[in-house]
This record gives sequence, C-alpha cells and structure tokens, in this order.
Amino acid sequence: QADDADDDLIPTPTHSQVQRNLARHPQDQLNQRASELVQYLLVRDQKKIPIRRADILKKIIREYRDVYSEIIARARKTLEQVFGLQLVEIDPKHHIYILISTLPRTPGENLHRDNQVAKLGLLIVILSFIFMKGNLVKDGSSLLLPRLITSVPPRERHEVFGDVKKLITEEFVRQKYLEITP
Amino acid sequence: SAMAAQMTDAHRRFLQVLMSHGIMEGSEARKLHQRSCEIHKVYYAHDKLDHFISTINSHLQPLFMQIRKGMSEGDGRAHYALVNLAETEITKMASDYAENELELFRKTMDLIMLSENGFASSTDILNLADQLKTKKMKKKEAEQVLKVFVEDKWLSENNGEYTLHTRCIIEMEQYILNNYQDVARKCNICHSLAIQSQVCESCGTGMHLPCVKKYFRAQTEPRCPQCNDFWTLDVP
Repeated sequence: QADDADDDLIPTPTHSQVQRNLARHPQDQLNQRASELVQYLLVRDQKKIPIRRADILKKIIREYRDVYSEIIARARKTLEQVFGLQLVEIDPKHHIYILISTLPRTPGENLHRDNQVAKLGLLIVILSFIFMKGNLVKDGSSLLLPRLITSVPPRERHEVFGDVKKLITEEFVRQKYLEITP
Repeated sequence: SAMAAQMTDAHRRFLQVLMSHGIMEGSEARKLHQRSCEIHKVYYAHDKLDHFISTINSHLQPLFMQIRKGMSEGDGRAHYALVNLAETEITKMASDYAENELELFRKTMDLIMLSENGFASSTDILNLADQLKTKKMKKKEAEQVLKVFVEDKWLSENNGEYTLHTRCIIEMEQYILNNYQDVARKCNICHSLAIQSQVCESCGTGMHLPCVKKYFRAQTEPRCPQCNDFWTLDVP
C-alpha cells in the first residue's frame, strides 16, 4: 500500500534529533497535537476499528512528522494516566494498533452497548466453530453457521444483526477478528 | 481541591464505562461510582459523586472533554454524558455518517427546533429523504438511518415521533443555542436549553415539563413564574 511505503521512508530520528526538532515547535502546539491524537485514538477504538500508523501520520501528526514519536509518547501517557488504556501494536509489519484497558477485568461487567454484546456473542460462536474445525473453515460451511444460529437466509435482514453476511465478511474482518483468504 | 486530586483506577474505570455508554442515568452513575471505588479499594462516600467527577474533569479539560450533567426532558432524571468540547458537534458526527445522512440529521433537527412540541413526525422526516441536496435517499434507507441515529443516541423515538436524545441535547446545547438563536428556548426555571416545553399563553415564557411539575408542586395555584398569570395548560 502506498501509505505503508511512505511510512517506511521516514528514517527513525535519533533521540538528540528529536530533542532538536522539539525545540522548533511551540510546546502548546505539541500538546494540542497530542490531545487531538488521544481523541482520534479513542474515537477509532470506540468503533473497534484498528488504528493504522499511516492514518495517524496523515490525519493527525501531519507537518509534525519530525517529532511524531514524541507526540505519540505524550498521547500514550495521557491514555494511561487518564483513561487506563494502553496503546498496543498488534501488527508490527503494517503498524496497526488497538487500545486495551490496563484495569483488571471484573466478572459480569457490561462495557458495551446492547447490540455490541449480541455481536460479540455471535462472534464467539463463530470463533468456537472455527477453532473446532482446526482454525480453518471453508467459505461454504462458514455461511452455514450463521444460518443455523439465526435462521435467516443470507440475503434477508436479521432483527439484531442486520445484514449477517456483511457483518461476518466485512465488519468482523475489518475489526481483525476474522480473516478471509481467497 | 479537585484540581490537586489524582486519578485513581476507580476514576479510570468510571470513565471507561461511561465512555462506552456515552450517557448514563444518575442512579446508574451512582452505582458505577460505588462499584469502581469498591473494586479498586478507593475511599467512597455516597454523596461525593460530583467531587469524584470533578477530579476526572480536571484531567479531561486539556483534552477538551468533559463529563456533563443534564436532565432528561421526558422524566426529569439527571444524566451524565461525556461530551467533546473541541469541535462544533455536527462536525464531530461527521466521521461517523455519510454526507447525506448528516444532511438528513440537520434537517430533522430543523423540524424539531421549529415544531411546537419539540417533536418531528416520522412522515415529515421521511418526506425530506428524496429532497436531500447531497444525495437523495429512499424512504426505506432513511428509516434505517433514523434507526441508527436512535441507537447512537442522537435521536429519541416515541410513537413514530422523533426528538433529540438527552445525550444530544447535553452535547449540542451550545451548537443549538448558536445556530437556532431565534427559536431555541431556555427553560425559565433551570435555564438550560428546552427542546420540549410548555409555554405560557400570556407571556410566552417556556419551561421543561419536569421543571413545571416541580415548580407547581410547591404552589396552591398554578401560576406562570414570569408574568404570574393563571397557567391554563394541562400539567401531566
């Protein structure tokens, strides 16, 4: 992808280079940029869309590329201290991140809105199915599964899940829970 | 003071849960406050919720975010919402919806603001669908979009009529007061934006229904707080 290639062309600044670059930008501008990054990360995370570094650079960091590591560091710190969230790289090759909570999980905790809980339920059944089949399910049989659970032929809208095929083949794939290889 | 108070994991837990809900009713928030303090063994006093929230707010302020308290216009209950102060609120929605969906929302908001009772009928909104300038929408599609707006807590639906969700009113109060200056009404009693209101027939003063009810409870005769004329409207 063009954006990733662009990414790799940035030579990683040395620590002293970063310090020199920092001096060039007013502090409040840097903090402002870090705040914008925090907001961006929270919004993307709320939607459970994995965050790409290329997007961060293009949409938020922009002309502050020379100090991006500092801006990300400040955003990270704020996320941990204020929200108890950690920025974790789940894909080191394509630089994709998610936020995970640093707080201990408690049982019976409902962090999600109602139809999100239902979607996760469906997802867990699918993942269990895949796991039982040895981690790989051929497309034909994987579409059988939601039909069994939901009794909805693939083209009709389900009351809770809407377009079931779209949910599985697009949304769950975009959220990196499932991968479909041709 | 709240400024000096540190964030603890109890504060962070409260903030994470509130963030995932967007808005919480007062009693839910109090339960969450208690549970958060218990889980993380932080000092808890049942009447210290506002102080607890002030601590969080002092840390949210540099991020242009705040936990704001507002009242539901239907039942008068207090709600807490996490709001974003940085952008005008419509632009904040911008990343979530398509151009024509945003246009439909703006036009729905126009209908609501210009209405007598703070509601827009499903019929009237759907009739706007094929007049959208950005990209026309079929009625079926518009129905779906309205459903999403309700799920996302921008709109509330009651018997085929739509009004602004409490969360929307809390978040967008300033935007609405700025952009609907001529029609936006403030409640005479609590001085907050009133989308649904009862209006005095003599002097035109408006009030929230829960505020009116509360005000009249303490009176022998229902009289307008502004002009003192006898209140002729039915108070449920």
